[in-house]
Amino acid sequence: MTLLEIRDLNVNYGHIEAIRGISFSVEEGTITTLIGANGAGKTTTLKTISGLRKVHSGSVFFDGKDITNAKPYERVKMGLTQSPEGRRCFPGMTVMENLEMGALLRKDRRSAAYREDLERVFGLFPRLQERVKQAAGTMSGGEQQMLAMGRALMARPRLVLLDEPSMGLAPKLIRQIFSIVDEIKAQGTTVLLVEQNANQALKRSDVAHVLETGKIVRSGPGEKLAADPAVKAAYLGGDV
Amino acid sequence: MEFLIGNFAELTITGLVLGSVYALVALGYTLVYGVLQLINFAHSEVFMWGTYAVVWVLTLLGASGTSSLAGAAGYLAIALVAAVLMSGGVALIVERFAYRRLVRQNAPKYIILISAIGASFVLSEIMGLRDKIAGFLGLQGVLGDYVNNPRNTSTLPVEIKPEPVLQIGNYMVRDTELLIIISALIMMFVLDQFIRRTSFGRQIRAVAQDPEAASLMGANSTNVVRLTFLIGGVMAGVAATLYMIKVGATGFNVGFVLGVKAFTAAVLGGIGNLRGALLGGLILGIAENYASGILGSEWRDVTAFVLLVLVLLVRPSGLLGESLGRARA
Repeated sequence: MTLLEIRDLNVNYGHIEAIRGISFSVEEGTITTLIGANGAGKTTTLKTISGLRKVHSGSVFFDGKDITNAKPYERVKMGLTQSPEGRRCFPGMTVMENLEMGALLRKDRRSAAYREDLERVFGLFPRLQERVKQAAGTMSGGEQQMLAMGRALMARPRLVLLDEPSMGLAPKLIRQIFSIVDEIKAQGTTVLLVEQNANQALKRSDVAHVLETGKIVRSGPGEKLAADPAVKAAYLGGDV
Repeated sequence: MEFLIGNFAELTITGLVLGSVYALVALGYTLVYGVLQLINFAHSEVFMWGTYAVVWVLTLLGASGTSSLAGAAGYLAIALVAAVLMSGGVALIVERFAYRRLVRQNAPKYIILISAIGASFVLSEIMGLRDKIAGFLGLQGVLGDYVNNPRNTSTLPVEIKPEPVLQIGNYMVRDTELLIIISALIMMFVLDQFIRRTSFGRQIRAVAQDPEAASLMGANSTNVVRLTFLIGGVMAGVAATLYMIKVGATGFNVGFVLGVKAFTAAVLGGIGNLRGALLGGLILGIAENYASGILGSEWRDVTAFVLLVLVLLVRPSGLLGESLGRARA
């Protein structure tokens, strides 16, 4: 079943066309990846899907409903969350408060289901449980990345957007983060991943798209794209 | 100097009273700044409208003569509700008409600043021209005393006689003074707990720390901004009631100087920082009082701003510095 569908999307930054007519869809239960160089439009695509950028033309469908002009909180309510580029944890809040912010729109915060989701996040990221009372701003980059991902999962989303979860992390941590991405999928949450770390990302993607200056230039199963000589030359140079 | 030493207790207590009012008004500046990084110049008029709510509701209730604080307690409780409703309402109107559209369109900050200054003049002049406005609406006959002589001072219909209740040093602290200081401290404590412990408070902090990330969590930033203005307005309403208990008179232009002082208090303590607003307000109130005690009351306002400049030279981010956004959990 198609969970997210992007149709002929155009997004502008002032006079610059950041996204130029891209179309793709995300099937439920899969990992879909967007790879591409800096400035290719990956982050803009995710921001637009979350409702942080205005669409110039085209449309976005989530679970069969047109959400092109929906407010960001309406999308969260429908089960669409994001762990943004650069983590963006709330620095002055504790780990627990950050996780509670992730569950902001949930009305069942005293229920067993909520407790279960919290346990699930702590299961994925045991580090967070050790640091529930620590201010997010005082944690390392890797810990903040875990917190950003855990926070995005606290809304119990159907689709989670992960923007560059491996950025700036040590190789060992990168492998750990990617294995957690696999686990998130295994637990039934659909993932749309944006990565510069193309090798690791493609290996586990059901479908991947290569973005170049706002357009999709190649698409296919992750493994296949990873073997594509042109993709290899452009994106798989010095990867971990 | 001898005067200061001889009257140290009195100058300190009365300074704290004044400072309490500054602090409560300063909260409105600091909260809005924390969330929008904008100075709400119309906040002074939110306070001024609150003082009129106190006068009007007591006139309406037929309060008169002189009374002790305890004797007027019922009246004052009703006046407090009226002032909170009035100031809260005016704050929401400012947010709706002077801010919301511009904030949503990401207008440059100076444009929003000018819009707020404009709103400040409009609110003050509506009060100062209320006889004309009532006449235009054909309501002057009905409203009569409430709108006559709008540019003169309006006094509280009941005169509250303070009574000494507590000796500190060589000064007998009056019940009104005690009430003002304690009320301000209680309001500060309640607000601090609200911001730190409740889900609404957490949303306000989230928007202050990272508005875009807060949106991704599902925070409705328009609602958060509205709530922030409302809280600031409620605090200004409490301040207006306390001010009227102490001063007993108001005018359409009382907002200006008090607003500038409260804003100074907010900057002194570290704008965006709630506890800073309290500290800044109290320090400003005391310092002004000492200076006017030693040098004469005409030095009061000068002192406030000299103090501000000196503190900012040493600590540009104010005494407590940290913003609402970075406030520790």
